Amino acid sequence: MSALLQVRGLSKAYPGVVANKDVDLTVQQGEIHALLGENGAGKSTLVKAIYGLVKPDAGTMALLGKPYAPPEPRAARRAGVAMVFQHFSLFDALSVAENVGLGMETPPRLRVLAAEIAQVSRAYGLPLDPAARVGDLSAGARQRVEIVRCLLQEPKLLIMDEPTSVLTPQEVEILFATLQKLAREGTSILYISHKLEEIRALCRRATILRRGRVVGTCDPRSVSTAQLAELMVGTSLKRPDREGRNRGPVVLALKDLSVPAPGRFGTALSGIRLTVEGGEIVGIGGVAGNGQDELLAALSGELPVGPRMIELEGEEIGTLGPVARRRLGLLAAPEERLGHAAAPDMSLTENAALTGWMREPILRRGFLDWKAARSFAQKVIESFDVRTPGPGTAARALSGGNLQKFVIGREVLQRPRVLVVNQPTWGVDAAAAAAIRQALIDLARGGAGVVVITQDLDEILELADRFAALNAGRLTPPVPTEGLTMERIGLMLGGAHDMDVARPDEAHQIMESYDAPA
Amino acid sequence: MIALERRPAPSAVWRWATPPLAVLLTMVAGGAMFAALGQDPLVAIRTIFWDPLFAEQFASYARPQLLVKAGPLILIAIGLAMGFRAGVWNIGAEGQYIVGAICGAAAGLALYPADTRLILPLMALAGALGGWAWAMIPALLRTRFGTNEILVSLLLVYVAEQLVAAMALGPLRNPDGGGFPGSRNLARWDSSANPELIVGTGMHWGVVAAFIAVIAAHVMFTRHLAGFQIRLMGEAPRAARFGGVRAGRLVILCFGVSGALAGLAGLFEVTGPAGQLNIDFGAGYGFTAIIVAFLGRLHPIGILLAGLLMALTYIGGELAQLTLGLPAAAIQAFQGMLLFFLLGVDVFTNYRLRLGRRRIA
Repeated sequence: MSALLQVRGLSKAYPGVVANKDVDLTVQQGEIHALLGENGAGKSTLVKAIYGLVKPDAGTMALLGKPYAPPEPRAARRAGVAMVFQHFSLFDALSVAENVGLGMETPPRLRVLAAEIAQVSRAYGLPLDPAARVGDLSAGARQRVEIVRCLLQEPKLLIMDEPTSVLTPQEVEILFATLQKLAREGTSILYISHKLEEIRALCRRATILRRGRVVGTCDPRSVSTAQLAELMVGTSLKRPDREGRNRGPVVLALKDLSVPAPGRFGTALSGIRLTVEGGEIVGIGGVAGNGQDELLAALSGELPVGPRMIELEGEEIGTLGPVARRRLGLLAAPEERLGHAAAPDMSLTENAALTGWMREPILRRGFLDWKAARSFAQKVIESFDVRTPGPGTAARALSGGNLQKFVIGREVLQRPRVLVVNQPTWGVDAAAAAAIRQALIDLARGGAGVVVITQDLDEILELADRFAALNAGRLTPPVPTEGLTMERIGLMLGGAHDMDVARPDEAHQIMESYDAPA
Repeated sequence: MIALERRPAPSAVWRWATPPLAVLLTMVAGGAMFAALGQDPLVAIRTIFWDPLFAEQFASYARPQLLVKAGPLILIAIGLAMGFRAGVWNIGAEGQYIVGAICGAAAGLALYPADTRLILPLMALAGALGGWAWAMIPALLRTRFGTNEILVSLLLVYVAEQLVAAMALGPLRNPDGGGFPGSRNLARWDSSANPELIVGTGMHWGVVAAFIAVIAAHVMFTRHLAGFQIRLMGEAPRAARFGGVRAGRLVILCFGVSGALAGLAGLFEVTGPAGQLNIDFGAGYGFTAIIVAFLGRLHPIGILLAGLLMALTYIGGELAQLTLGLPAAAIQAFQGMLLFFLLGVDVFTNYRLRLGRRRIA
């Protein structure tokens, strides 16, 4: 093996932040190389520099021994570097083939392209129908569209940014089989993740970043997960303390909650049944796009539901809007921080008032008391360690993790009876995530019911007392998390999928077919 | 290469620097236009901006006109700004202004020639209601059927123009007018007259209403929950819904208030400066108020200043037509430039200019 990509002394600073400092990275030909690090460690900046999206301040790169400095992604693609982003750039209303064609420099005719897609997807075990409409596809299938789009360019280096965050465990297995086949054929893969287990399963070499610097290179299989985690975070993290909670009576009951799909590509909820006791944390898992947003909106009151479908402490609240529900104690924190949970251009004081006026002494006879709102914002900032110059700062100026702490803190400090959160630690660094999880546990300890909707299965095992899977708008009956295995969770998540059931035996078949002579 | 780079946060300096800068650029470009028309640009600019207020021979007439013209502009623009901040686009204030005048005038004329102080307040109420009702058409069509309120409200202006012509020729025509179109002169009927309150200032009840609206709007935007929700809906509609804002209600509120204020402006115009309802009652205040609202940054105090400035260009423009023989179209183009430059320069509030060959991804 010889080096495909060599990065030497790469540095990049943004105003106020050093994203990369003297980063060295070598990717060999045909290897799956892990890039490990917490959120904000500089992984994204580094791969964006490799992909030509970011121009480094200093440092050199070489591809196959030749100097390499792509001014833009097009040049990177011409040089043989392809990237699958964490967030897909696909058009819902177009077909798979049309979407793939849009991402190409000189797309062939649609029929030719469809045949090529079918061929590549067969060759790499990526089940995909070129004529399917992207809006109808699951997240896993959408990711396959992105991967196939890259593979059609026959890349030398494939960069994958947190590819498994939207996949079920079984879909992850299929993806890994594909990546291993690619690597065997000589394609190098730069694999970004903060999930240690999967890196240990997939990669033989890992470069670990912390605060923009390389803190180590290792074979992830030769060191323990704990050692890896310590390298990534810098200190050892303690798991949240779940003890000391008492169960109370049922605080929230969903009775055959059904809602038609809001909009063309929304998901309908059908027949959801769930009870949440005081002091209990219920985890709702599922792959993105299976009704998580709709469930949150139905609970927060943004989406109208039938009168008897939701009971809060025995009271039917289905017909009530967000204001009335919040006044009764049902609070929510949606997934999207900017634009949904918070208004980007408004100050933290105003964002504190956004939901705070309904339960905090901020509103008097229709008039807002900005002094009270400001002190409420200040309270959230202090109790949740939100790093910001002050409550006058605009929400969009905060980092993702800090804004998330603010949004969760704003709801927690309003003493909810029931709190519903969607993806509470998405894109949040480990320390902040631990703080948020602890806050949710403390809230339950105080007697409130907590519903955590999340795609992070580790989070469910760490937080929840019971687990239910949300699948195409249906909820499985909840099961206790104690003694629950990843495999069982995966089966629950994949359970009701119709067209792209990703079963483990299928994955094995695919893997076996790779080993067989062509 | 010149590139625009998004600022991390909107620049407060640029936010307030853009209107004066836009005025300056308008003067430069307008001066060039006047020069192309064969006028001395400096004289033309002075005639428009300086002479109406400070030149001996014009000021006695022109100075009161400033408030007369600014009053309806400010009153209408305040209402529009409420909607614009919420992302509700009422482009039909001109129609609501006309219908308000029709309803107010009709209410008064129905009681002619009664002599009581209650008639003007009654007419004001009818005018506001008329403007409100006309605005409810696009508002309800949008909330019920999802129609585009920009189109509906704009097209209703032309309906209102036909309506006022029909009224001036038909039901509301002055029976003692010798067959000429137009209603009785409401300014000369004591019960309905909206007189100059302080001699030589141009101050009438409409101007008073405009000042009250400025203060009320300022208090609402800064302190009241409704103002907060309006800003929320305009800036982050999903966050607004999450925060309990009912979009439909807010659309109706914004249209209702802007319609009522436009109607009120129409009523005070027809009972005061205009005097009577005639075929050509609509003078474009409703459209110019859109420029005023944006020129004033959708901020009540800004609108107050912008309204005065816009009124000045009106009066100065007339003066320039009179003394320099500039065509009316040139003055309108001049006013249009103001909005053009404002929107153009506005980019710098959110973006900064970067020179050089740096590429931005």
